[in-house]
This record gives sequence, C-alpha cells and structure tokens, in this order.
Amino acid sequence: MNALCPECEASLQLKDVLTGEIIVCPDCGVDLEVTAVAPALALALAPKEAEDWGE
Amino acid sequence: MDSSSSGASADNEPSSPPAGVPGPGSGHRSSVKVGVLLSRVRVEEKWLFEALDKRGVDYDRLDDREVEFNLADPGAWRKYDVVLERSLSFGRGLYALQVLNQWGIATVNRAAVAATCGDKLATSAALQAAGVPQPAVRVAFTPEAALAAIEAMGYPVVLKPVVGSWGRLVSKVNDRESAEALLEHREVLGNYQQQIYYIQEYITKPGRDIRVFVVGGEAIAAIYRSSPHWITNTARGGVGSNCPVTPELSALSLATAAAVGGGVLALDVLEDSERGFLINEVNHTMEFHSSVSATGVDIPGKIIDYTLTVGQAAREAR
Repeated sequence: MNALCPECEASLQLKDVLTGEIIVCPDCGVDLEVTAVAPALALALAPKEAEDWGE
Repeated sequence: MDSSSSGASADNEPSSPPAGVPGPGSGHRSSVKVGVLLSRVRVEEKWLFEALDKRGVDYDRLDDREVEFNLADPGAWRKYDVVLERSLSFGRGLYALQVLNQWGIATVNRAAVAATCGDKLATSAALQAAGVPQPAVRVAFTPEAALAAIEAMGYPVVLKPVVGSWGRLVSKVNDRESAEALLEHREVLGNYQQQIYYIQEYITKPGRDIRVFVVGGEAIAAIYRSSPHWITNTARGGVGSNCPVTPELSALSLATAAAVGGGVLALDVLEDSERGFLINEVNHTMEFHSSVSATGVDIPGKIIDYTLTVGQAAREAR
C-alpha cells in the first residue's frame, strides 16, 4: 500500500498497518496516523501528545 | 512515549506475544460482547486485538475522538457486556468509565480505580489507608508552603505533577535554590493541577526499579527497569529485564492492587536498602510491549481473559 506523507509528500510504502496506528515518516520524521486502509491507504498528521496522555 | 510508534519500513512488525495462550473455543466466553476504547493503535492494542481474535470474541474498536454519551440513554452502548479502556488520555478514559459504570456497564478498569490511579495523591492516600509501604509524601498548595514541606523532608526530594505520565515534569530537587526555581516555574504553568505540589521522598535506587503486572488478583509478571538515569520509565529509555515474582513481591503487589480497587494494573516498585519494597506509582492503562519479550508472559492474553471473565459475570448478572 502506498500513500504520500501529508507533511513532506514522500511516497511511503506500508504493509500490515491498522487504522489508528501511528507511523513515522522516514523522510521528514513527522508522526502520522493511518486514518484508512481501505479502499485506499490514507495518512494524516498524528494528534499532538496532550498533557494527560500516558499509561 | 514507550516507543509506540513504528517506523514506516517494511520490517517493523512487532513480534507476536509468546504462544501458550488458551486458544479459541473457551466456550461460553465467545458470546461476550466487548468494546475497546482507544486513542491510538499501539503495539499493545494490536496484541489485544490478536488475543480477542484468537478467542473468537465479538468486539468493537471505539475511537475516543468519536464517541459520545447521552447520560439519559445508553443507546448502542447497551450491547457491550464489558468495555476495555485503553485511552491514551487520562481525562477521556476516566470520564468514559464514569458514564459507563453509571449505566451499569462493566469496565476494565472500573472508574473508581482509574480515578485513584490517575492521580498520584489519590493513589498515595489509598496506599496509606491500606498500610501499603510507600515513600513519604507531603502535599502543599502554594510555593511557600511547598518549600516549607520540602525543607522539612530534607533534600533531595521528588516533585511530581499529580496527573501525568511517562515521567513528564517529574523533578528531582537537590537543594533550596533548585526548589525555589522549580516552584516558580510550576506557578506559571497554565494547568491548575501544576499548583498542587506533590512532594515525595527521594529513594536511592540500585540503578533500577521494578514494574509488576497484576491482572485480576494475580501478579502475572514483573520486570526490572534499569537506567543510569534516576527516571527509569521505559518511555524514557529504561531497559526491561525479567524480575522473579517472589512470594513477598506478589503479596505486596496484591495488597497494593486491592488498595486501589483491583483490576488490570502495573505497579512501580522501588527497592529501599532498609525498608525493602516501596510502592511508587500504580498505572491503570499500562503499556507492556517491552515486558512481554522480557518475561515471556502473555500479558495481552491475560488481560483479555480477565476482561472476558468480567464481561461474562456482567452478562450473567443482567
């Protein structure tokens, strides 16, 4: 599956990813969220870490 | 964060948790309907989905950015026998659990447990009430009172936000000058919670601390988290290795879990040369991917089995 990084337009090849997964663009290093895997792979900038995030 | 992002290369797949889990066909359990509330799909969530799939469980993924609740009408939420909360946001997770529990929908963990574990002061109060050993804690509400409390405890101390994770803004205070500087910084940080000054005795650790995983009344696994830095969170570079769950560690862990209300918990334990084990913190939506490889224990499988047990009990009680 291919998609363009919305930040730097690098062409990313991904396999076995799930919607909601976070990946890192190998070109520009930005965090990206997989927002759809079907019918086509879609990527968006991942939400920024909030103050109450954690485990 | 606990390296939850994976790279965009071809071979970034996390290794699967060890085999030996109770396979599918655990009979009646497959009829339990599970909701998984989450923010992101980390390695942990992938493994939880795998464990659900393996057991043939009917489950939904519930994105915490999309859910909404009508307090007067549970609507479609009624279909869930149990909701497993894996939200990254403490606030979203806690409030979702409060609404679900108010409707009578079972959750892992319960809202009361999240409220206690998500707040360091509430955790310390619960531990104190139960007589669980922990580092000394003082609390103050102004920089002046906090400074007096710090001086009374003696340096060094640890200043922590009451809400927060991954070691964020946790500060070791070595002397009066750094205490004054830190308290001044905290005063101008926007969040009012930064003006609740939680001051903890500094424990000199042997270059490591212990994380114990408790699932439903059993201490299932533990790791040492080693780091040359005094903050040993694996989210901050601490390295995990297997730690034997001795009867002593198990007993303390179960007492701690009971003190905060039980469920699926990760305890951070410090080793003091004189007092032995001290409970530092208790986490209620823990990360565990580095612990699965370090211990060989199928932590996601155990979490799902416990969730199904809770769901089954709720289903039978309806």
